[in-house]
Amino acid sequence: MDSIVECRNLTKCFPGCVALNSINLSIPKGQIVGLLGPNGSGKSTLIKLMNGLLTPTAGEVCINGMKPGAETKKIVSYLPERTYLNDWMSVQNIIDFFGDFYADFSKAKAYDMLQRLHINPNRRIKTLSKGTKEKVQLILVMSREAQLYILDEPIGGVDPAARDYILDTIISNYSKDATLLISTHLISDIEKILDGVIFINMGNIVLTASVDKIREKENKSVDEFFREVFRC
Amino acid sequence: MPWNLESDRPIYTQLMEQIQIMIASGIFPAGSKLPPVRELAAEAAVNPNTMQRALLQLESNGLIYSQRTSGRFVTEDEGKIMQIKNSLAADLVHKFLFKMNQLGYDGQHTKELLEKVMGEEEQNG
Repeated sequence: MDSIVECRNLTKCFPGCVALNSINLSIPKGQIVGLLGPNGSGKSTLIKLMNGLLTPTAGEVCINGMKPGAETKKIVSYLPERTYLNDWMSVQNIIDFFGDFYADFSKAKAYDMLQRLHINPNRRIKTLSKGTKEKVQLILVMSREAQLYILDEPIGGVDPAARDYILDTIISNYSKDATLLISTHLISDIEKILDGVIFINMGNIVLTASVDKIREKENKSVDEFFREVFRC
Repeated sequence: MPWNLESDRPIYTQLMEQIQIMIASGIFPAGSKLPPVRELAAEAAVNPNTMQRALLQLESNGLIYSQRTSGRFVTEDEGKIMQIKNSLAADLVHKFLFKMNQLGYDGQHTKELLEKVMGEEEQNG
C-alpha cells in the first residue's frame, strides 16, 4: 500500500457547524506534508479524527488500512495542540513514562535532544517556560520510531534558533518510509522541508500540491501563495 | 559554502544550480565522492526527497554518477565540468548585461565602464 492515511467522504459536524465537509484525501508514505489553512478551517478536527479523539459523523479515515484505535496508536506519534503532560512530573519521569508506554520509544534519542536544547531532565514540567514545554513535547514525539508523525502546531512557541534545530532534527531523524504531517501557520519556516502541502478551508480540501509545483506554477513561495489564496 | 535558497523559485532547481557551482568551483572536485543525500539535505535545510530529486536530475545530465553501493561521485570528465562552468559564467554575464541595460547603459558604455573599474581594481590590488 502506498498511502498511510486515507480519508473517504470524511465528515464531521458539530452543533451548528460543519467542521469537515465530506473530504477525500490520501497521504503517501515517506513524505513530509504540511496541513495549511486559516484559523477554524478544520485542521485540528482532521488531525483529531486521525488519532481517534473524535469519531466521524459520516465517512471514514484509515491509518495504514485500519480504523483509528489501539493498533494505529502504536504506529502514530501525535503531538496535540495542547499540553497534556502532568505538570508535577519531572522531564525524566515523563521520559520513563513514555518508555513504558511505547515500544518504539528511544530514551537515548530523547536525552540526546534534551542535551542539545539545554533542558535539564530533573526539572519539573510546572517550572518550565511555555516554549521549553513545547520543546519537551516535541522531543517526546520525535523520539519514537513511528510510521506516521502528526504534529499539530509544533513550533509556534519555540524561538527561531531552536526552531532550526528542531527542523534539522526532523530532516535527519525521520526514516525514509515514515510520514510526517505538520499543521502550522509558520509556512515560510517549514516550506523548505515539505514535500507537499494540503490547503484546507471551511472544512474543504482546497488544494493538494507539491511545494515545487506551486513555486513553478505561481512563481512564488507557498507562504506568499497561501496569503493570496486566503486573503481576508 | 552556505546554501542560499530564494523563496519564489522551485527548490530543486536551485539545489541543482548550487551543486553545479560547487562542482565548477572545485568544492567537489572531479571524481570526488559526494556526501550522502541526508547530509546534504540537512546542511541545506531542505527535504531529503527534494535533494534526491536534484541529484537525480544532475545524474541524468551526466554531471554526477552513482555507484550502486558506494554512493554518488562527481564525473571524471573535466571537459564536462568546464562546459558547465562556462555556461554558468555566460549566465552571469547575461544577467549583468540585462541589468546594465535596465540602467540605460548600452554595450559600448558598459564595456568602457567595465574596463575603467577593472583598471582601478588592478591599481588598488
